[in-house]
Amino acid sequence: MRGVAIVYRWELAKLRHLKRTYLGLGMAVLVPVLFVIAVHIRHQHEHGGGPPFTDYVDRSGLAIPLIVLLFGAIWLFPLIAALVAGDIVAAEDHDGTLKTVLTRSLERWQLFLGKGLVAFTYACVATLLCGTVGVIAGSLQSGFHPLQSLSGTIVSAPRALMLVYVSMLVYLIPIAAIVCIGLLLSTITRNSAAAVVGTLMLSIISQLIGILPGLGSTQPYLISTQFNAWQGLLRTPIDTDPIVRAVWVSAIYAVISLGAAFIVFVRRDVAG
Amino acid sequence: MSDPGAPPIEVRGLVKRYGSLEAVAGVDLTVQAGDVYGYLGPNGAGKTTSLRMMLGLIAPTAGSVRLFGRDPVASVHALKGVAGFVEAPMFYPYMSAEENLRLLAAYDGDGAAGRIAEALDTVELADRRRDKVGGYSHGMRQRLGIAAALIRAPRLMLLDEPATGLDPAGMRDMRRLVRRLADSGITVLLSSHLLYEVEELCNRVAIIRRGRIVHEGEIAALKRSAGTVYRLRTSDDALARVVCGEQPGIGTVRVVGGHLEFAADELAVAPLSAALVQAGALIHELTPQTATLEDLFFSLTEPEDEAEPVAGPPGAHGGPEPLAEPEPAGEL
Repeated sequence: MRGVAIVYRWELAKLRHLKRTYLGLGMAVLVPVLFVIAVHIRHQHEHGGGPPFTDYVDRSGLAIPLIVLLFGAIWLFPLIAALVAGDIVAAEDHDGTLKTVLTRSLERWQLFLGKGLVAFTYACVATLLCGTVGVIAGSLQSGFHPLQSLSGTIVSAPRALMLVYVSMLVYLIPIAAIVCIGLLLSTITRNSAAAVVGTLMLSIISQLIGILPGLGSTQPYLISTQFNAWQGLLRTPIDTDPIVRAVWVSAIYAVISLGAAFIVFVRRDVAG
Repeated sequence: MSDPGAPPIEVRGLVKRYGSLEAVAGVDLTVQAGDVYGYLGPNGAGKTTSLRMMLGLIAPTAGSVRLFGRDPVASVHALKGVAGFVEAPMFYPYMSAEENLRLLAAYDGDGAAGRIAEALDTVELADRRRDKVGGYSHGMRQRLGIAAALIRAPRLMLLDEPATGLDPAGMRDMRRLVRRLADSGITVLLSSHLLYEVEELCNRVAIIRRGRIVHEGEIAALKRSAGTVYRLRTSDDALARVVCGEQPGIGTVRVVGGHLEFAADELAVAPLSAALVQAGALIHELTPQTATLEDLFFSLTEPEDEAEPVAGPPGAHGGPEPLAEPEPAGEL
């Protein structure tokens, strides 16, 4: 595994040079701030009304990261996950640097695992950064107060903070699957743009399938549905069923995508 | 496991097919330790595809490659002691030359990081080592490619057209660099379509055409096998032509410009000169014209009806075998 660790370290170093790294992290910071700004403006110019979640936000700033998780599942987090996962193999292929690194002393599986781990690390960092900015900005706007759970019970602020971070960890389960899909598209398309957009499109199509009449029975098994699993944590008592389902459904998507990407990467001809 | 007695490169029956296209159609070649081995062929002949298979980047459809006895397709460990690049060497443009080399050295291990400074010195990029590679000229990237190979402390280097795209000074510098590497004991496989480069640097050559090796061996032997063409001017060329036609060992005589040309064995030329004088055709010039690698290259890689004919009856000429098939050649 030493080879994987070496690749991991250098892939992180390469990410630090790339603008898209900061584009994704910038989005992760900007979106919760925008939510807070919207809440602040509503306070100044409106009195009552607005979307249902605004009441939660008014009562506790800790609701902001949860609102971001809810709406971010539509495109924000799939896009952030795809930004690096969709690019990390395809860009090397396109730029011709893949053949450079493949003729050194590391096996292909080591390169692939190192790249995959970096793509997942990036998605984790962006998600946790987004949530943390949401916690800070939300607390500054609405205060660090107890949070009302989805069952209507009141959760103390420290426990609510813990639940916010556990929710983010649960959120990383479908994100890992999205990363694997991004890696697969990155490996087989050899085109960064196609892989990034393709990953996002698959996520959006999954949401579309979930709302189409007649296809509702597929909903529990769609990757988009698994982004809501964290909501089980905010019920009293905690509902673990959606979390368990998120684990195995996401695992199926991840294993199939990652396995296919791995086989293609290890066995394919690098002629570019 | 490495076989200590195995040659640096041993290729047997190498085939690569893409659907119905046979890019490499049964290549056999052996590069011995200490060789500077030229791998010549027109564009599209299969040179780069062969090199990719030698470096394990693509898997052969059939046949085998062994580097010091090891199979590069089975494991990257076969590349221990081997370095080089296929087509243009590529680097991360947003990183400096030194950072690129540190990345590659980390992937190499085996003390490669400690050779970075020396490698940059060798290719004369030490003073530009902190510049981003994105700002490098083509020639600087080619030299950085050599440096990236050198940090592996290779015993064998595979270089794919290292001088392509360089200006004349850059090409000269690259040739000097390859010469220095060869002089230091590194075995070099040099893929090129620059004939003078191969002629100047290499001791052995393989010529590939349409995926097949049409000649492999020492350049000197190739030239010898092509025989010698003689140039003849006399006081009566019409008479001289008749005399040549009657002499054994003299090939078909052609009129080229204001003189005659024919292929012949050296032993047949002395009786010919005597016969010419006896017939009354006084000799103004009778000189051997040594074939260049370029002549031989075209005779082996171009269709017979397009190539400069090297005339002569069987036995008198003794040209290299097998001769090129009468198929259209790729663009050179």
